Amino acid sequence: MTHDAEPVTTAAPPRPAADQDRANKIAVRDLKFFYGDTLALKGVSLNLEANKVTAFIGPSGCGKSTLLRVLNRMYDLYPRQRAEGQVLLDGENILDPKTDLNLLRARIGMVFQKPTPFPMSIYDNIAFGIKLYEKVSKSELDGRVETALKGSALWPEVKDKLGASGLSLSGGQQQRLCIARTVALKPDVILLDEPCSALDPISTARVEELIDELKGQYTIAIVTHNMQQAARCSDYTAFMYLGELVEFADTHHIFTSPTQKQTQQYITGRFG
Amino acid sequence: MAVYSRKRRIENGVFLALSFGAAALGLVALVFILAALLWNGVAGLKPSVFTQMTPPPGSAGGLLNAIYGSVVMTVLGLAIGAPVGLLAGTYMAEHGRYAKLTVVVRFLNDILLSAPSIIIGLFVYEVVVTRLGHFSGYAGALALAMLVIPVVARTTEDMLLLVPNTLREAASAMGLPRSHVVWKVAYAAARPGIVTGLLLAFARISGETAPLLFTALNNQFWTTDISGPTASLPTVIFQFALSPYKDWQQLAWTGALIITATVLLLSIAARSLGSTRTAK
Amino acid sequence: MAQHTVTSYDQELESLGRKIAEMGGIAEKMLSDAMDALSGLDVDLAQSVVISDGRLDLLQRDVEAASIMTIARRQPMAVDLREIVAAIRVSGDLERVGDLAKNIAKRAILIAGEQRVPRAVIGLRHMNELAANQLKDVLDAYAERDVERAQAVWTRDAELDALENSIFRDLLTHMMEDPRNISFCTHLLFCSKNIERVGDHTTNIAETVFYLVTGGTMPLDRPKARPGASLAAPVEAQDEP
Repeated sequence: MTHDAEPVTTAAPPRPAADQDRANKIAVRDLKFFYGDTLALKGVSLNLEANKVTAFIGPSGCGKSTLLRVLNRMYDLYPRQRAEGQVLLDGENILDPKTDLNLLRARIGMVFQKPTPFPMSIYDNIAFGIKLYEKVSKSELDGRVETALKGSALWPEVKDKLGASGLSLSGGQQQRLCIARTVALKPDVILLDEPCSALDPISTARVEELIDELKGQYTIAIVTHNMQQAARCSDYTAFMYLGELVEFADTHHIFTSPTQKQTQQYITGRFG
Repeated sequence: MAVYSRKRRIENGVFLALSFGAAALGLVALVFILAALLWNGVAGLKPSVFTQMTPPPGSAGGLLNAIYGSVVMTVLGLAIGAPVGLLAGTYMAEHGRYAKLTVVVRFLNDILLSAPSIIIGLFVYEVVVTRLGHFSGYAGALALAMLVIPVVARTTEDMLLLVPNTLREAASAMGLPRSHVVWKVAYAAARPGIVTGLLLAFARISGETAPLLFTALNNQFWTTDISGPTASLPTVIFQFALSPYKDWQQLAWTGALIITATVLLLSIAARSLGSTRTAK
Repeated sequence: MAQHTVTSYDQELESLGRKIAEMGGIAEKMLSDAMDALSGLDVDLAQSVVISDGRLDLLQRDVEAASIMTIARRQPMAVDLREIVAAIRVSGDLERVGDLAKNIAKRAILIAGEQRVPRAVIGLRHMNELAANQLKDVLDAYAERDVERAQAVWTRDAELDALENSIFRDLLTHMMEDPRNISFCTHLLFCSKNIERVGDHTTNIAETVFYLVTGGTMPLDRPKARPGASLAAPVEAQDEP
């Protein structure tokens, strides 16, 4: 099918709630993103509610990963990429050029599609970031590493080989190590960019279990191509298409009775 | 169908034979060179080679001053050239990846990489030797350093570019400052490759003759001071091999064997370091 | 709606739809045949109703198994998910309608021995026609994904309830007139109850159609003559809203 000229719900941020602003960890307002001259996000507005999981779905190239990479300003690593509009983290616009990027990224952790353990020991993979931000004693550091590994359900598997290279772990373990590494920094928000697309079903289940546990303490945004995963893990789901936010609502609403025709066609496998 | 596959078979056979022949040709030449080296070199391989100075024609002697000079100049050359090359490569791959300067530097570096080493020797001769008025080991080391820089810069850049960007992104996403991302994460990932590059550079300059002829020249006597003319294995080999004296020729063979063995060992070391990287 | 990218998915859903349609046809025929058997005291017809219930049960199991397979294979979402849930529900309702028709047919066989057609059967016939119409309407609404038509069926069910009450009074009068009537009048009472239940399943299907099309649910309180009016309600209470 082609891109129908359907009305899209990008204008007002949906999900009305009485204490909306207090519950919203991140508020995105009319966000536009450019790769050079290419407009990749065409004015997206939405809210990420605190302690909830928000899933982003849509076909490849719809801008969902781009949106995620704006939230921690990952795009700043590359030339000719820029964002317009506002992204408010606790009311502060992180697109402000004066934003301390390192501090921002410590507050907004990110886990990537491909597991990316650093080429160092399992222990150092986690201790590395902590040591950078905090002055901690060796014993405290040990404790923090253990807590992080337990938090990501990796502890029983690695507790006897903390000195082994992070690269020696299996794919699923590596990904959980990356999550542990992110969590160890005690961020406010965790961004997951297709965290399970390279994992087998068991590892995927472990990561999903982890997401469930983590959402009590963190605000989570997850980009996924696996619709069932979005349906399982998230509280809210945003469907994006061609750089626009087509529909954003409760997950159960999106997956049982989406309002927009495009959403319906995408999630039922009637696309393109 | 049958005709087609028969044509394919013939083509396959022809090209296989050609490739095999080319490989065999290269290998046979190599074997002959190594065999000649061993045959002629081992004969002169005795302790005195490592303990005595280069002799005047007709008398007994060794290569000690040449070996010493070679080692000192090579190490010094690497010590000067490697950091410059490392920093340049790091700039090109990490900090200035999208800068225009990088394109220019990379282009010039590639020219330097393929420049004949005798040009480097002439350059240092003009800039250093004529100014100071005499040949010196320092000038030799400098010339070698200029050979090291492009090799190390290139391998460092290549190895860092091989580090997946996702690793940098992951490190940046943890809020690590750029310097940490580069020196702690990217370097950790590229280290085996970079070390291989350094070893290869070392191996290359240890056999260079041309730049040393114009800079360090040669010295028949023992000296630890390299501010004057300094002997080195390649130049001694060059001089002795062309001489009409049998004992000098013998020493040249032996020197050649020593250099070849050293380079071979370093290459093997570099290879094994490189393979531990892929094995991981 | 556009086709699925995977063609066999469409075929699975189409096959589900066809099976439901067949079930609907069988249930409708069973209902009217059972009534004909009852009013005509036709034992053979009644027997055929009982037999055709087996086919209905088989189809219902088919629909259920196919639905489960589709869920396992395709993880249906949104409209597809609702379609499958609807298929399971509608087939369940139709299977129950078949059971109720079979029950009427069995009672027809029992009553046939008495060799007389009670007057009250006329009321029952009328009620059955209404129920059959409702069933036909709701099946059409299902086939055409027509919410308005489904809602109309849903609202009209109140008529069926009212009719059941009047039949109840009628049969009660017969039984009081002559205690010998009590036996077959009780059978007819159960038949009217069965027809009323068919109406309930019809409204269930209407609700399913509503869910299938909109994804929402109908209001909880269905219009009814009155709660619990069918059997135990005192006659005087009828006039209350």
